[in-house]
Formats: sequence, structure tokens, C-alpha cells
Amino acid sequence: MNKIQDQRAWLLVLPVFALVAFSAVIPLMTVVNYSVQDTFGNNQFFWNGIGWYQELLDPKSQLGERFFDALWRTLLFSAIILLIEIPLGIGVALCMPRDGIGVAFSLVIMALPLLIPWNVVGTIWQIFARTDIGLFGYALSRLGLDYNYTLGILSAWITIIIMDVWHWTSLIALLCYAGLKSIPDAYYQAARIDGASRWAVFTTIQLPKMRRVLAIAILLRFMDSFMIYTEPFVLTGGGPGNATTFLSIDLVKLALGQFDLGKAAAMSIVYTLIILALCWVFWTVATTSEAERRPT
Amino acid sequence: MKPRSAVMALYLLFIVVPVYWLVNMSLKTNTEITTTLTLWPRTLTFDNYVKIFTDQSWYSGYIHSITYVIINTVLSVAVALPAAYAFSRYRFLGDKHLFFWLLTNRMAPPAVFALPFFNLYSAIGLFDTPWAVALAHCLFNVPLAVWILEGFMSGVPREIDEAAALDGYSLPRFFVRIFLPLIASGVGVAAFFCFMFSWVELLLARTLTTVNAKPIAATMTRTVSAAGMDWGLLAAAGVLTIVPGALVIWFVRNYIAKGFALGRV
Repeated sequence: MNKIQDQRAWLLVLPVFALVAFSAVIPLMTVVNYSVQDTFGNNQFFWNGIGWYQELLDPKSQLGERFFDALWRTLLFSAIILLIEIPLGIGVALCMPRDGIGVAFSLVIMALPLLIPWNVVGTIWQIFARTDIGLFGYALSRLGLDYNYTLGILSAWITIIIMDVWHWTSLIALLCYAGLKSIPDAYYQAARIDGASRWAVFTTIQLPKMRRVLAIAILLRFMDSFMIYTEPFVLTGGGPGNATTFLSIDLVKLALGQFDLGKAAAMSIVYTLIILALCWVFWTVATTSEAERRPT
Repeated sequence: MKPRSAVMALYLLFIVVPVYWLVNMSLKTNTEITTTLTLWPRTLTFDNYVKIFTDQSWYSGYIHSITYVIINTVLSVAVALPAAYAFSRYRFLGDKHLFFWLLTNRMAPPAVFALPFFNLYSAIGLFDTPWAVALAHCLFNVPLAVWILEGFMSGVPREIDEAAALDGYSLPRFFVRIFLPLIASGVGVAAFFCFMFSWVELLLARTLTTVNAKPIAATMTRTVSAAGMDWGLLAAAGVLTIVPGALVIWFVRNYIAKGFALGRV
């Protein structure tokens, strides 16, 4: 669509600009401000330059060690989540019923976990995975497995991963399903005439057609799992020990638990910059694939 | 055909069973929960629900949550409508940069904003009000609403705008009388996602409230950490937080696929 050049359009954007500036720019400036200052209480602040950043990015310091531990933990978590959820989501989307009442029924049930408050997701699994009162934990311990998510590191990780798969696979499945729905029937008919196998239909028709939504799904899931806070906070509180203390949990501990303003602020800035870099990748991928799609 | 339905059934079962377990627990007495593991309640009780609906510190949590979610949804969609129109129809100085900047806020980790929001809303006297949470949630809901609405608006041909202008419609009148009905489903999808993300968020909502606007989600956290867990009550509170979401899904079920088809969540 050809757009008209008109600077008065700024007037239409102004409310959004003002609102988001209020809730994003002012807080971010506060964070930048804190990150270069040190305080000894009483609201007295002293210039500290890049001291906090140096400490944060130095793996040998206490703060740096803590930061990099949490960072690797979060990256590992995101990687595992993507490896499980993406193939599973595609699989589920392919298995969706074609028509009839089953479609609405499946859609409603699949969307259900997405609308449960995140801490309730944590609560559900907190109960469900307990060995004394939860079905899942009880079944596992009856099978003779040494499972207890509050004590075992491996159990805690497995529980959080299954919880996240339960929570978010539907999002990927719904996105892929929407992508699959946009494939015209003629493609399948042509494939049938050519005698293409089920696998060939998947790799040559369905997967390329899902490429755009899949890119969005992968990046959304990557970013959201990278920012995960509430569910593991409720389920394990970051424990046992620090085994499930992801970046967000660590940051909130530092900022609101210890009120270590300078360190928390420096960590916030670095964290935001990592996400911004990822966001830029997301934007580039999404817009270039959209541009490829437009001319057709 | 057979393995497909089997996979689907298994997946749906995987989703439903934990939710079923929560409902199951909420209908049991605490002695039954802690002594025996039963697949359905042997002694059916609604005491947990009765307690939530009669105890003010419990049910006010739901009222607070719903208040700020509605304020946020209305506010987000209202400011996003003109902006999305501008982005879909006009080119202006810095439009692309502005759009990208808006999106970065959807991607920013809420944990980063917890502390500065705490300071900001305390300073302007909005702390512990639904408005503080509603405004804070605008951080990620406004960009989202702009993004979704822009997609729907770009699908409406420009010629309609021009024809209306020739017929003597002013921009505001054209927008309300002609344009809004055309993108009604888009407004619905945008409102649905704003509702969803504001409803499920806890970190900011918990940080910005103490008593007078404490959301139900935070009320539940308090109970979890209390000595002597009341599992039945916790489960009942959890079930009640699922209900509004389930209702919303049921009403928009025909639009879900379309909303996702845009790939703009």
C-alpha cells in the first residue's frame, strides 16, 4: 500500500508516544542513573562511573560469577525449551482435526494454559509434582525414581521444563496451525497427483509455508523463556540452592530483595542490551520474510 | 488417520490432567488431601470456595485484578487505535524507528522495570492503586495492541478512506462511523491479547501493590509462604483465576486462529 507523507500523523501517535515514554523512558533513565552511582543509604549517592559494569562483567568477581552463572543457566534453559517445544508444536499442529466440532474443542483446550496467570501455572505444577499429594510426583516415586523437585537439581529442572512445555507448546502449535490453514488445497491435490509421500508433503509444502510463523514462534519463545520469572519463582523459588535461579529471578533478588541498587541497575542494563540485540534479529527476520511474501 | 487423533488426544490429555488435578484438590478437604491420594474427591466439599467468596481479603483480590485488567485493556486499545491508523496510512519523520522502539518495550524484561516502577509510582502517589498496575502493563500491551491493529488496518483498502473524504466525512467521524466497524474483529483480537497479558502478569502487579490494590495472584503467593499450607484453599483460588480466561477463550474461539494467523503476538 502506498502511504501518504504527512507529518501531522505524529498527532495521532502522540498519545502512545507519551504513555510509553512515561512508562519506559523515565524508568530506564532511573536505571541508568543508578548504574553509575553508589550509595551508603540516606539517599546519598556518589559517582561510581563504570565500576559496577566492570564488576559485573568480570567473571572472577563475586557479582560477575553470579551473573554469568545465571546467564548460562538461562541460555541452557532457553535452548532445551526450544528443542522440545518447536518440534512438538509442529507435530501437534499437524495432528489438529481437519474440521467439525473437534477443531473448536481442541482450540479452546489448547489455548487454556495460555490464559492461566503465570503464578497459578507455578502453583498447578507445585501441587501436581509433589510426591505426597500430586499425581505426577506420586506416580514417579511409585515407579521407584528418586524424584523430589525441592531437593534434587535434576528433578527441579525436569519439572520446570515439563511445566514450560505444558504452558507454551500450545502457542507454537496455534501459530503453526494458523500457518498450515493458509495453504491452499490445490497444493495438496497437486502433491497427491504426483504421488508424493507424507514426508515429502511435509518438507516441500508445509514446512516452507510455515517458515514465517515458525520464525516468529522461535523468537517469541526464545525471548519469553529468556525472561522467565514467575513460574520457577513459585515452583522452586530459584532453588535447590541456586540451581534454577534464572536471570530475572537473580535480578529481582538483587534489586528488591537486597536493594543493591547499583549492581542491580548495571545488571538490568546489560540484560536489556542482550534482549535488544535479540530483538533486532527478530525484527530483521520478521520484516525480510514479510517483504518476500508481499509481492506474491 | 488413527495415529493423528491419538497424538492429539494424548496432547490434550497432557494439558487437561494438571488442571483437573487442581479442580480435584479444590473440592477436597485438607485431611483428605494430606492423608490419601484419591483420583476424585471422596468427601465432596465446597468450603474452600465458600471461604474465598466470603472472606474480604480473598475476593477483593479478584476485584483488584479485574479492575486493573479492564483499565489497562481499555486504555491500551484506545491509545493504540489512532497510532495504528497513523502507522498503517502515513509516512512521517521517524515512523520506522518509532515502531521499532515501541516493539522493544514489548521485548524488555519486566524484571528490569520492577525497581524503577516502584520508585516512579511511589513518587507520583499512584502506588498501591489499580492505576499504577494498569499504567505499568501499558509498557508491553500498548506496543502489542499497536502491532496487532496495524496489521488489521493495513488489510483495509485506502480507497475507502478516500471515498469517505470525498463524501465529506471528517477524519474523526470517518474513523468512528466507517473504519471502526470494518476492523471490529481486529479490535476484539487486540483486546483479547491485552486482557490476556495483563491478567497473567504477576511480577509488576505484585511489586506495585501492597494492600489496597493487591491482585489475586499476589494474595495466593502470600498463602503459599504461610506456615501450614492450606492446599485446598490454594487450589480453589487457582481454579477461580482460570475461570475468566476460559470464558474469554470461549467467546473468542472463532477469532483465535485468525489472531494467530497474523503472527503478531
